Amino acid sequence: MLNDMDQHDSSTVIETKRMNPTCPDNQRSHVLDLDDFRTEEINALFDSARAMLEVLERGVKKVPTLRGKTVFTLFYEPSTRTRISFETAGKLLSADVINISESTSSVGKGESFLDTVLTLQATQADVLVVRHPHSGAPYFASRNLNRTSVINAGDGTHAHPTQALLDLFTIEQRLGSIQGKRVVIVGDIAHSRVARSNLWGLVHLGAHVVLSGPSTLMPWDLLEGREKRPGHPFADVEVEMNLDKAISEADVVMALRLQRERQDFGLLPSLREYARLWQVDASRLSRAKNSALLMHPGPMNEGIEVSPEAAHGAQSKIEEQVTNGVAIRMALLLAITPRLEG
Amino acid sequence: MSGRLLVRGGRIVDPSQGIDTVGDVLIRDGRVASVSLEGQEEIALQGITILEASGLVVSPGFIDLHCHLREPGSEEKETIATGSLAAVNGGFTTLCVMPNTDPPLDTAPLIQFLRQRAKEVGLARLLPIACITRGRAGQRLVEMGELVEAGAVGFSDDGDPVEDPFLMRMALMYSAPLGVPIIDHCQDPSLTQGGQIHEGWVASRLGLKGMPSAGEEVMAARDIELAALTGGHIHLAHISTSGTLDLVRNARSRGVVVTAEVTPQHLFLSEEAVLGQVLEVGEADPYAPLTPFAYDTRAKVNPPLRPRQDVQALIHGLQAGAIDAIATDHAPHNLVDKACPFDEAAFGISILETGVGMLLSLVARGALDLSTVVRHLTIGPARVMGPRWSQFGTLKPGAVGDVTIFDPDEKWIVNTDDFASRGKNSPLEGQTLQGRVVATVVGGRIVHDRSGIARGPR
Repeated sequence: MLNDMDQHDSSTVIETKRMNPTCPDNQRSHVLDLDDFRTEEINALFDSARAMLEVLERGVKKVPTLRGKTVFTLFYEPSTRTRISFETAGKLLSADVINISESTSSVGKGESFLDTVLTLQATQADVLVVRHPHSGAPYFASRNLNRTSVINAGDGTHAHPTQALLDLFTIEQRLGSIQGKRVVIVGDIAHSRVARSNLWGLVHLGAHVVLSGPSTLMPWDLLEGREKRPGHPFADVEVEMNLDKAISEADVVMALRLQRERQDFGLLPSLREYARLWQVDASRLSRAKNSALLMHPGPMNEGIEVSPEAAHGAQSKIEEQVTNGVAIRMALLLAITPRLEG
Repeated sequence: MSGRLLVRGGRIVDPSQGIDTVGDVLIRDGRVASVSLEGQEEIALQGITILEASGLVVSPGFIDLHCHLREPGSEEKETIATGSLAAVNGGFTTLCVMPNTDPPLDTAPLIQFLRQRAKEVGLARLLPIACITRGRAGQRLVEMGELVEAGAVGFSDDGDPVEDPFLMRMALMYSAPLGVPIIDHCQDPSLTQGGQIHEGWVASRLGLKGMPSAGEEVMAARDIELAALTGGHIHLAHISTSGTLDLVRNARSRGVVVTAEVTPQHLFLSEEAVLGQVLEVGEADPYAPLTPFAYDTRAKVNPPLRPRQDVQALIHGLQAGAIDAIATDHAPHNLVDKACPFDEAAFGISILETGVGMLLSLVARGALDLSTVVRHLTIGPARVMGPRWSQFGTLKPGAVGDVTIFDPDEKWIVNTDDFASRGKNSPLEGQTLQGRVVATVVGGRIVHDRSGIARGPR
């Protein structure tokens, strides 16, 4: 990218000379995590997503709202459902969606992440959907871009805000409200970006969150001092490592994907023991409320974190989550893409 | 160096002699000739160079026990020339440079090369530290005797610890009669591998892999016991936790030969700096939502910035004399090394030009005494280097004619464009500091004079 040297220089100036973040009026320019979402904003997104669900049920599902806008998906990690969900959402809104992955871009030629996102901005991209194995990469991208919005589609072990929004939307659709509901999150919470973003969203919306799983996979530092320190965002989050107790009277059970590497790195004695103590199966699920929802962000390891019977049983909302994911991403694209009225 | 230099009318602070009085320092032929307090002594002014220091503090030249000048191997990050200029601009007259260059400093010719380059540059004094193990590979000891003859002032595999306890024991035993310290970068790799910042709330909040305090303390405890076993001198580089400080205190009370240094960044910044919020300790709201400025790679440093309680403990430890020296761990990097996602960014802060300002800001804030700061930049590090360096870090007659002159009150805003260092990687960019170096003298020669306080022949 020799011809882009000037541009590179100006961006690196941004890196050393931090300017004030530009935040014109109340328009959100980036979706990085749910920590900076207010309740009203989430509720407005839900209203919009409900309208999108109606669009999805039509014979002709396409609307022209984002015609002439470009959405890039830039994925540095393999993903099926998240990338396809964004692509579908963009296309149903008539945006031009262009997918870039590590194998089809200059990334493989050693181009830096900074140069890649600057290049995409220079093509007048409106929205950049970023999935990256390193926590914070979308934050880095957003502070170096001034014309392109960034949506975090999962960064390292940090956040996955659109997954959390679709999870919250699914609960809201099924149970009417999230306030006061007992939501049990089971598994590798310490390394789960899905769980982290859900924590923020659930806390904002007033759920009673219970975390369950092996001690080595608990986000102890995230919870540290929650009983004592004023202003701690997770003050009311409960930890109950015994899943039988945690799941009792639950309204929602969220099982997380267990990375098999956790066993290889010595964080777990064996997958067998994990399944014995923390698998969400039909008998454990029967301890929850009859109306309880079983959710999973996918892809599932059936037989490890969730039993096949539970995953495909009547309480499972796993496929519904996927549909809701398209609707919520349509709502998000609408919310952050500035466009002319009428 | 022939000729005479008179530093006139400044507040002389020399903790090696317990001096804190207004007076004059006369340097002749590159050495301190006399310190006359409150004008007791008449000095013939004919043909003399004068530095007008009234209203300023005059102290022995500052010694940095720990910095990285990157030459040879990574000259795009820093060279002896740019690093030495950064040093004298920042008030340092002597630099102990770390050997993690490419090739690493593990043979006598490399030590001689560095000393030769520093002589050609002619700014700060450069005292090389050699590797403990060949190629910094952690397998076999370097030829320590020859390296000391060539001018090595200590041994360190800095950047990495010496993992093998047997090898560390041998290093301490072999080096003890040579009178030079073994300097360890205390970090247990199995506890800190892949770590990005301090393990705690901030790391968890950001989804970054943490380095627990215990990772440093486990290795410090091992080194201390090996020093006790061998009678060797262990110097713990850049200690960063209150636990390590407790280990040092305890070891000293048992008579173990252990010394320790702390960096300005670990005294001035806490882990919240990575959140990209307000930098000074005590001013950040750790529970605020993240902004696009989070994951500030400029605050990525190894050992990591620690919680406020550790920062407070280190400040108290310094004030109480439990720490021997302040060393910068100046670690310059290119923009591309930092303009990337956090996990991909290099560790280190370019700090030679702000370190003294940071320390003086702590003095202005009442956290540290001026004499404590000066002590730990002068006689403190000179003693860590050993008795051969008794002419350093002091203004006693006959000592090296190295002087640092600073204004403890001047407020200034850090602008990395003004750095002489090639490394612009500083989390202090845009911050206001109180206290600034005005002039620097090495061997009686003025090597930095920011506001033109020199008079007479130069």
